[in-house]
Amino acid sequence: MKRGALRAFMVKEFRHILRDRQTLTILLLMPLVQVVLFGFALRSDVRDIRLAIVDPSPDNATIALRNRFVASTRFRIVSISQTASAIEPLFRRGEADVALVFEPSFASHLASRTEPAHLLLTVDASDPNTGTVMQSYSRAVISSYDAELAAAALPPGRTVRIATETRMRFNPTLESVNLFVPGLIALVLTLVSALMTAISLSREKERGTMEVLLVSPLRPWQIIVGKVLPYLGLAFANVLTALLAAWLVFHVPFRGSVLLLLGESVLFAIVSLAIGVLIAARTSTQRAAMLAAMLVTMLPSTLLSGMLFPIASMPAWLAPFTSIVPARWFIVIARGIMLKGVGLPYLWRETLVLIVMAALLMAAAVRSFKPRLA
Amino acid sequence: MSNAVEVRAVTKRFDKVVALDDLSFDVAQGELFGLVGPDGAGKSTLFRILTTLVLPDSGSATVLGFDVARDLWDIRSRVGYMPGGFSLYPDLSVAENLEFFAAVFGTTVEEGYELIAPVYKQIEPFRDRRADALSGGMKQKLALSCALVHRPEILLLDEPTTGVDAVSRREFWGQLAALKASGLTIVVSTPYMDEAMRCDRVALMHGGRILDIDLPGAIGARFERPLFAVYGENRYAMLQALREYPHARSVYLFGDSLHYTDDREVPSVVEELTAYLGAKGHPDSRVEPIAAGIEDSFMALMGSAA
Amino acid sequence: MNPNALAISAHGLTCRFGSFVAVDHITFDVGAGEVFGFLGANGAGKTTAIKMLIGLLAPSDGEARVAGFDVGTERAQIRRNIGYMSQRFSLYNDLTVRENIQLYGGIYGLSDAQLRDRTAALLESLGLSESAGDLVGRLPLGWKQKLAFSVALLHEPKIVFLDEPTGGVDPITRRQFWEMIYAAAARGTTVFVTTHYMDEAEYCDRISIMVDGRIAALGTPAALKAQYEVDTVDDLFVRLARGATVTA
Repeated sequence: MKRGALRAFMVKEFRHILRDRQTLTILLLMPLVQVVLFGFALRSDVRDIRLAIVDPSPDNATIALRNRFVASTRFRIVSISQTASAIEPLFRRGEADVALVFEPSFASHLASRTEPAHLLLTVDASDPNTGTVMQSYSRAVISSYDAELAAAALPPGRTVRIATETRMRFNPTLESVNLFVPGLIALVLTLVSALMTAISLSREKERGTMEVLLVSPLRPWQIIVGKVLPYLGLAFANVLTALLAAWLVFHVPFRGSVLLLLGESVLFAIVSLAIGVLIAARTSTQRAAMLAAMLVTMLPSTLLSGMLFPIASMPAWLAPFTSIVPARWFIVIARGIMLKGVGLPYLWRETLVLIVMAALLMAAAVRSFKPRLA
Repeated sequence: MSNAVEVRAVTKRFDKVVALDDLSFDVAQGELFGLVGPDGAGKSTLFRILTTLVLPDSGSATVLGFDVARDLWDIRSRVGYMPGGFSLYPDLSVAENLEFFAAVFGTTVEEGYELIAPVYKQIEPFRDRRADALSGGMKQKLALSCALVHRPEILLLDEPTTGVDAVSRREFWGQLAALKASGLTIVVSTPYMDEAMRCDRVALMHGGRILDIDLPGAIGARFERPLFAVYGENRYAMLQALREYPHARSVYLFGDSLHYTDDREVPSVVEELTAYLGAKGHPDSRVEPIAAGIEDSFMALMGSAA
Repeated sequence: MNPNALAISAHGLTCRFGSFVAVDHITFDVGAGEVFGFLGANGAGKTTAIKMLIGLLAPSDGEARVAGFDVGTERAQIRRNIGYMSQRFSLYNDLTVRENIQLYGGIYGLSDAQLRDRTAALLESLGLSESAGDLVGRLPLGWKQKLAFSVALLHEPKIVFLDEPTGGVDPITRRQFWEMIYAAAARGTTVFVTTHYMDEAEYCDRISIMVDGRIAALGTPAALKAQYEVDTVDDLFVRLARGATVTA
């Protein structure tokens, strides 16, 4: 008899699950989306490495090595100049990943018997994983060139012809925590702003107190702002705590302006808050609001923002989608400020994107909040 | 402006369900008006239309002279609304809830204190207690205080006595009578038929329609047939026996008696029924003519409306 | 009275939460086939007392037997031998009428044959044979409650507990519901019911009224009204409950 009772109960549960179309769609869809993303799209290997060349005295030898890089198809030369001063701005603006600096007497040293030819390899290691990969690709190209020279026995008897010095820029010790902290700040802000706002608003609806609030002089925008501001304050406090923890405990560098980062954090929080309000306007229960917030904000922020998986490595069809993920822009900003120490002159584009997103989403949020129930 | 509320041919549908069907009625200023009917009658939908939360599909309505479709902010600042289930904030205290609702209307608890005092004084000793730790009766008093604190011109109370015990219900109606005496217009809905007697006028609602609307006494007086109460032991057996009586039109359980109507046009069936019941094994049954009450009328109107 | 002929017998039944005594040594009996009204204000201890009787809560003191089983030590047997229906929850709205019946039949261990026969009988007696495939959520409230009551009786328990079963239902359906209660009692099922409708209290064979965790009145409605010199159970209730100190 007990078996019958258990069976009846399981049958009931199946029916509940199958009949809750909304939750079912999300539960079946989410794993599928994740499988596709993880399986096909998100890669850790690096492809389009942007190479900046500094060649004070171009000649056959340097050009031969430069061509080797191009021939490997992983590299793309974005700049060729004769002075090293050109590369720093390129790195700061995020326009170059690797810089190859030839010494002025590269060719003559290459031909000498005693002195190796010197190369300086500078790699943008903000993301230590890709930084390491780019470094090893670069070294592979150089050593294969070196091996060719050895085979041609020029000059004979010499083993090491090219000496490469490597610098990992912005993250010399390749700390992964430096990679994660900007992404974590984005995630924390998203959590507090989008998720909590959505839950708080839909809880009001579920409880029925929303009705009483509406039948009062309070205008919809006042209700929204009243809900949103405390969470904004909370988000702000969270960012400060995260930064303090990162700095004190993990010694994450902070090379740029704290004020600028806080300002950009507030901007990003506003974007997330607006998304939270929009989600609450479309859902009727807390549970639905929570699921929707996770699907629409947390998931893309983790997978598509460049926080864990470099955007440059994503397949062509996926990359455009990352542009609508607000966290993607914020992470560039946060990394720029924290690791590269750059300011608004370098980050104005990303900041502008966030401002436009905030304005559009806030307007949509206020409009979605109708003063009537039906 | 003569009427506090005017409803004209209001209809509202949700998907395929007709919640309100061509409803029309008025509420005079200073009246204590009752909407009496079971769940699904449309009472809550009607309240949502009057408080401008929902627009009617057709028809119109005014509250305090303002149109529910056009003048929503005028209405919303003048109405005291208590939705079904006492929407209070469970994690805020009694005092915090009250202060919040006062502030939202741009006033303070002090300004509204005189009006809410008779109600609020009873829960004031518990002012620091969380709202979810209150009993049903206390929640009811708090919700009423919150609706009153901004001194509204009309109170719209949706099932304020549902789920509350008999003592609290009586006290609540006493408080409503006192508020009405101070000139406030009050519209209340309730599923309890006996509470209809406490109103100045009453509308009986069922299936989105008004079955009847009048002074409570007048509704009973309109009952079409003579009504009889039957007393005796073994009520269920008596009920079944009476149902088998060839001329029985309706037989219903009614408190400590059965209510009987006959399908003939005879003024009295007292002797006939007593004899019949005696023969059926109920020798000590007693039959009396009685005046119809609201519930009798409601049931008769329900039956003919179906 | 032979205790085994009693459906319910409670003696000094008590429940304490810390220092708060929710149910204070209540003693009463309910005979087989009786319709018993268990009344009390919110916070008087009614809900806690019912939870003990249906085997959901262990008593702190005292004892009680329900359907012949002890509420302290044989709670699983109690739950198997009683029926239960409450206003707050009775049936699953997203399952059909038939699926709900099947579910409860399965939970209470009815054989396939029993389930088939009883389902057909139930549907016919309620006039729901055509609507067996409809979702319960779409039924009007009155029909839901009547169906829930019938489902609670599906496994033919000796006692059925009804917790405010007619809240919000129209007056005609309420009375039909009570006629179903009477019919069940006539078949020998004991009905233990709580309600906020004082006129329904009059329908019961006997009633008890709880105040401050104790039983303040116990007897037939007629006898109690005479004793307290009131006309209705409503007046009786107010007279007794007004003196309550515990308003939760």
